[in-house]
This record gives sequence, C-alpha cells and structure tokens, in this order.
Amino acid sequence: MRARIHVRLKDGVLDPQGAAIGRALAQLGFAGVGEVRQGKLIELELAETDRARAKRQVQAMCEQLLANPVIETYAVSLED
Amino acid sequence: MRAGVITFPGSNCDRDAAVALAACGAAVTSIWHAETELPALDLIVLPGGFTYGDYLRCGAIAARAPVMAEVVRRAEAGVAVLGICNGFQILAEVGLLPGAMINNAGLKFLCRSVDLEVATDASVFTAGYARGQAISLPIAHHDGNYVCGDDERRRLEDQDRIAFRYADNNPNGSTGRIAGVLGAGRNVLGMMPHPERAADPRLGGTEGKVLFQSLIEALG
Repeated sequence: MRARIHVRLKDGVLDPQGAAIGRALAQLGFAGVGEVRQGKLIELELAETDRARAKRQVQAMCEQLLANPVIETYAVSLED
Repeated sequence: MRAGVITFPGSNCDRDAAVALAACGAAVTSIWHAETELPALDLIVLPGGFTYGDYLRCGAIAARAPVMAEVVRRAEAGVAVLGICNGFQILAEVGLLPGAMINNAGLKFLCRSVDLEVATDASVFTAGYARGQAISLPIAHHDGNYVCGDDERRRLEDQDRIAFRYADNNPNGSTGRIAGVLGAGRNVLGMMPHPERAADPRLGGTEGKVLFQSLIEALG
C-alpha cells in the first residue's frame, strides 16, 4: 500500500517561501496570482495491507514525526 | 559543574560550546547522539549546527535521536538544559519548550551580531545579567523565526519565561521579538543567539561568557 501525506503550514502561519515563489511568478509575467503557500508531499510504501491499520499507522507517523502540530496540518491518502 | 555537550550528525558548534564552558571552569564531557545513558551531569548542552541537514524540519530528526529520551528525563528531574540555535529548535521539537521555529521572515540567512535585551534575571542562565540589560550576541540562522500562539505567549510573559528579546528591528520576525525562552521549570533554556561565540575577547565579545559564569555560580 502507498501512503501520500500532504503536510501544510496552518492558516495564519507566515510562509515567506510561498511569498518568494509568488514574487518569482510575477516576475515571469504570470498575472493574477494571489497568495502562494508551499507544503510538502511525503510518500511511503507500507507492508500493511489492511487499510484501517495502515491509516492508523500513518497518522501516528504524522503525529510523532512527519508534521509539527504547532505549525502544520496534514492529510493522508492511501492507495493499493 | 559537570557539563555534557551533545554532538548529533551535523552539529557544528559543539566544540565552541565545550571550549567556552571549559574556560569558565566546567568539567566538560562530549556525548554522542546515539548514547542512551548519560553520566551524572549538572548541565546538558544542545549546541548549534545543522543536525541531519535540517531535513524534514530544523531539529526534527535530532529531537528523536536515541539520547533525547534521557535528556527529557533529566530535564524533568530538574537538570539544567541549554539549547543554542539548532539546540533551541531541538528543544521545541521534543516539547521541552513551547512554540516552533520557521523561516526567517526576510528569507535571508542572518549572520551578524544583534542587540538583545536580557528579559529576566530569574534563572540559573541569566542571574549574572541585570534584568533589562542590553547585550550584543551573534546570531547565525535561517530558521529562527519563533512562533507560538497568543495564549502561550501570554503565559510566557505572565510567568516571566522570556529570557531574551531582540532589542531592535526584530531581525527574523519572531513573535514578541522573542530570542530565548525558559521552560516551565526554569531549568531549560532555548536561545537563538550564540553565547559561546561571545565568550572570548579575541572573538569580538564577552557578553556571552556571563551566561556560562551564571551557570557555574548556580550549579558549582
């Protein structure tokens, strides 16, 4: 099973990297780009085959390491 | 005073911290991150650097290193723990200090001396300074922008746990200009500036030496 974890900064946390990306897009001539925020995608291959167990396992990984709950949220999706 | 300085893969200020402590008379031991047991210590230092390349988040992987379970136990038992720069990031990641560090607001890696205010003298780290004293210490960081929630910040202020503040034009955008924070037990300090880089006149300043002297004074 593969897990895809999308880690994002919480709303309201300053994202200067996102802002720099926005400025670079403007410099390239892309008009109409508003706020830009950058997140992270982490992909895992899991030996677990039971979907519910895999989800619990990945959530524990997020809580313990992959996301910092002070500043980040995460979303998990699983595929066989 | 028996001090242990922990070296993680990517720590690069461990030797500077050891030299600054030894120059004040501390007995310093080097500790490797994979150790799970520690000798008797009065002070544990988490030095600056780029542990694990800052991969995932600054200090995130170091905070889960084998030695950290024992560091947390010692901190909870009242042993003094000092986290400098990446060490502060590790202490926040492991939950010994509140808040988190994100990118400097201006996006640049900042490497210069900054003016600080010593916000409290009520700790073993800062007793040698006067409350409100103006000092100058070097900073060298890219991700020193300290963030914490409003409730947490009010709690820090009410409990007099803000140890240092940037005195002017907040170089990295930190909430409340916070440059250093004490844990609830006042025995854990995290600070972004480098006191070990201002502990010898040959290196441009000695205002950091007072912090190490305060510790020797308090802990023997």
